[in-house]
Parts: sequence; structure tokens; C-alpha cells
Amino acid sequence: MNRTEPVIEIKDLTVSYGAIQALQGISFKVCKGEIVALIGANGAGKSTTLRTISGLLKPRSGEIIFENKPITNLPGHEIARLGIAHVPEGRRPFANLTVYENLRMGAYLINDSRTIQETMNRIFRSFPRLKERFSQPAGTLSGGELQMLAIARALMAKPRLLMLDEPSMGLSPILVNEIFNIIKEINEQGTSILLVEQNAHKALSICHYAYVLETGRVVMEGTGKELYENPRIKEAYLGG
Amino acid sequence: MSKEKIYSLLLGFGVFAVIMLMISFGFLNPYWNQIIQFAFIITISALGLNLIYGYTGQFSLGHAAFYGLGAYCSAFVTKSLNSLGYLAFVAGLLSAIIFVALIAFLIGLPILRLKSDYLGIATLGFGIIVKVLLDNADALIPVLGGSRGMLGIPKFTVFPITYLFFIIAIVVIRNFVFSDVGRSCISIREDDIAAECVGVNTTKYKTTGFVLGSVFAGVAGVLYAHLYSFLHPSNFDFLKSIDLLLIVVLGGLGSISGTIIAAIGWTFLLEGLRVILPPQILDWRLVIYPLLLIIIMVIKPMGLGSGMEFKFIKAGDGNR
Repeated sequence: MNRTEPVIEIKDLTVSYGAIQALQGISFKVCKGEIVALIGANGAGKSTTLRTISGLLKPRSGEIIFENKPITNLPGHEIARLGIAHVPEGRRPFANLTVYENLRMGAYLINDSRTIQETMNRIFRSFPRLKERFSQPAGTLSGGELQMLAIARALMAKPRLLMLDEPSMGLSPILVNEIFNIIKEINEQGTSILLVEQNAHKALSICHYAYVLETGRVVMEGTGKELYENPRIKEAYLGG
Repeated sequence: MSKEKIYSLLLGFGVFAVIMLMISFGFLNPYWNQIIQFAFIITISALGLNLIYGYTGQFSLGHAAFYGLGAYCSAFVTKSLNSLGYLAFVAGLLSAIIFVALIAFLIGLPILRLKSDYLGIATLGFGIIVKVLLDNADALIPVLGGSRGMLGIPKFTVFPITYLFFIIAIVVIRNFVFSDVGRSCISIREDDIAAECVGVNTTKYKTTGFVLGSVFAGVAGVLYAHLYSFLHPSNFDFLKSIDLLLIVVLGGLGSISGTIIAAIGWTFLLEGLRVILPPQILDWRLVIYPLLLIIIMVIKPMGLGSGMEFKFIKAGDGNR
């Protein structure tokens, strides 16, 4: 695959928490229509990367370019406005609001109520479970339903880049499969996806391209298949 | 006009008419008249705090400071312009609103970056600073009276005025909460990171909620100053902030109805106990209230009325 049309490009990004340097100059890109996975162990800097792209953290140096525009130091809400949706780690629902209200909040930046209704109908086709829970407070949903809600809420904004942070976390294998099928489906409908996962096995099986992060550095990259067959990756992340 | 709207209007006028009649026929002596007005004033201030804490989720322990700033600012203006009559009151009110909004904005910008307990400590610090400044204000502006208290403030606050502001406070806060801005504030309370991710400008709406809530405290202070015609810094200290916080938590975080009931109930409970209890243990009544709070925290941590509203407050709200 030739990766020539980047949706987002990260150049030499460094981020620190006080004295601790979490990202030590990483570069990667997500091209149009791709699912790109960032895999790596705990503390490798995967979530930090996503949080920096979506403006929740300020980078120390480096550049983030989205659709040919630098967005490096923009605040989070402006980055959301540009078409980047972030499904944060831990789902972060608006717990006291209903499923419907959560989805409405997802469409915060969309003013046209017809568009909102259409998007919501489409989302309910992909997530029939959420439709059943329509008027229930989000806090009462199960883990899998919360993950679906988090993804659905992000999709309500009709993003051009969807960033998912550990969507498989804490879910049973069946639910993980379900979530990953949905991610694939979303991608097939034209949304580029940046996926952060500890579950390297699943991530590599659906992504087009992947980067391996180790202590704040990109140590390897390649298509999902290449990395899947790489002996080092096999040993370190896929369990031999 | 919907049926609910008519009922709300009837209820609003009904309560007003009953109390006015009771005052004019002498069923309410001036003492109880004052207590009723005080209850409404406390409600206005508590509604402001509910906006900050209950709806926007910003823990504030300095609400009484804004209450005090509003009171002192307006009292200073009305006392200086006393010959103008009610025009002086209007000037005092407007200057208090502008002054409090400005201070809340300047204080809010740096400290609203903090979260939960840390924000509580910062607002607490602000409250203490204001109290100390008021205690020593006479050094700069003698008329403020400092720790001796400020005397001779013209009495402009009468029942219809208090009631008018009480209704305005309910209407403004209700409309705010059910607007897009209100929804942005609620999403910040629920999860500020998720809110930022869906595109809510969290800094802006945190500040908006904080300033508007503080302005309500300021307006309550204006009414208070011109009801009792005497101000003392100890009426606006840390304990007063706690009182307001207790009312909001008791009534229920994010419930207008709950705040109204809790604020009025609280005022009358304290005064009622003053009548009932023998003088030796009169001060013990202050124990009952925190005790009540502990019990409610155990039973219902979000407060009694959390998430619930009277029908008349929800009236006309079609699209939720």
C-alpha cells in the first residue's frame, strides 16, 4: 500500500510530565481510509500520544499536522471542531446523563438537527444495544455498552479521524470481537482511525499499518501482517 | 401558553399575594417579614452556588465572599447617593453586579484550572482574604466600618423587591440550565475531559458558570445589606460559605427545586428552633443541621432532590 495521503502526520513529538519524558520524539502518520494501530506495553506513551493530538496535553516540541494544517498547540475543543474525535481511555461517559443526552453531547458541534437525527439513526443501526438503552443514565450501562456509547458519542460529531484509546480494555473476548468488528465497519464507511491498543493480537489483525512504541519511541513499524509475522513482536506482544 | 406555564404564573402570583396580604393585615410582624425575606435572599445566593457546584461541578468554599462583596459594594454606593432614593438602590445594585462579576472573572480565570479539593482550598483562601479585607476596610474607606460593622445603610429591601429577585433568579437559572450553555456546564460536571473531547470550551463555560453564580450571590448580598441596614464581616465568613454549601448539597446537586426548599426550610428551621428551644441550649440548634447533613450523606449522597424538579420549573421545556 502506498501511504501518500496523510490525514494526520506527527513529526518528532516530545511530551513531558514534569521531569519525566513520556514521548521522546515520535513520528508517524495516518493516511486516508486507514486504520493505524499504535501498540506497546504499559507506559510506552500510547495514551499520551492521543491526549497530545487531541489537545489535552501540550507537547514540548514537535509538530502535529492535520489535513495539511498545523494544530500543534490548539486547545482541545478547537481540535474537536476540526474533525478529530477522541474516545478517551476509560470511556468517560457523562454518567448522570441518559444515553440519548450523551449522544446529543457528542453532536455538540453540529447545529443542524436533521443531520443529528440521521447520524443517530445510523449509529443505532450499528449499535442496536444503545437504542434499547436510549433513556437510561449512562452510569447504569455495562462495560461493553459503555465502550459502544463512547465510540458512538465520538461518531456523532462525524469526525474524519477517530482516535480510540484501548477500546478492548476490560471486555470479554466476545465483546472485544464485537467492538473490533464495529471499528472495521466504521473504517469501511470512510473514517480514518488511529487505534491505541495493548491487545496487539486484535489490533494487528484489523489495522492496515502499525507502529510499535517502547518507552516513548517508535521502535518498529510496518503493515499489520508484517508485524504480525515478525518474530520479535511475536515474542514481546503476541505471547510467543 | 401551555397549561404548565399558566400554573407556574398562578403559583408565583399566589405565593406573592398570600404573603403580601399577610403583611398588610398584620399577620406577619416585622420580625417574621424580615425572616421570610432573608429566606428568599439565601435562596438566591444558594441558587448561584448550585449553578457553580451542582451544575458545573466546580467545588467552591468561597461563595459567601461574593455575597459579602455585593453587599458592601452596593451599601457603599447607596450610602453615598442616599438622597437619590430608589435610584441609589438601582445604582448600588448595578455597581454590585458589575463589581462582583469582575472579581469573579479575575479570580475564576486562574483558579478554575484546579480540580475538586484543590479548587475548594483556593476558593476557601479567597473567602478568607475577602473577610480580612472587609475587617480592615475602614483603614482605606472609613465608611465601610471595618470590624466595627457598617451602619446606617438605607433600607430599600421590601418584600416585593426581594420576591421579584427571587423569581428572576429562578427563571434565569432555569433557562440557563436548560440552554446549550447549561448543557455544556453539565457536561463539564460529568466529565471535563470527555466534554473537551466533544468540543466544549471547558475553560469558557466553567468561567461563565462561576461568574453568573457569583453574581447571584452578589445580588443576594445587595438585598441583604438593604434589608438589615447593617453589615458585619462575620456575616460573610467561611462558615457562611459552608451554610450555603450545606443548603445546596442538602437540596440536591443540580436541582433548582431542591435548593429552594432546602434554603427556605433551613432558614425557618433555625428560626423555628429559636422559638422552641430553651435559651440554655439555643446554640445547639446549629448542631442539628450538620447532623441532618451527615444523615443525608449516608442515605443519599447527591442530596435529597438531586435530578428532580417541580413541574413548574420544567414547564415549557419541550426538547429534552
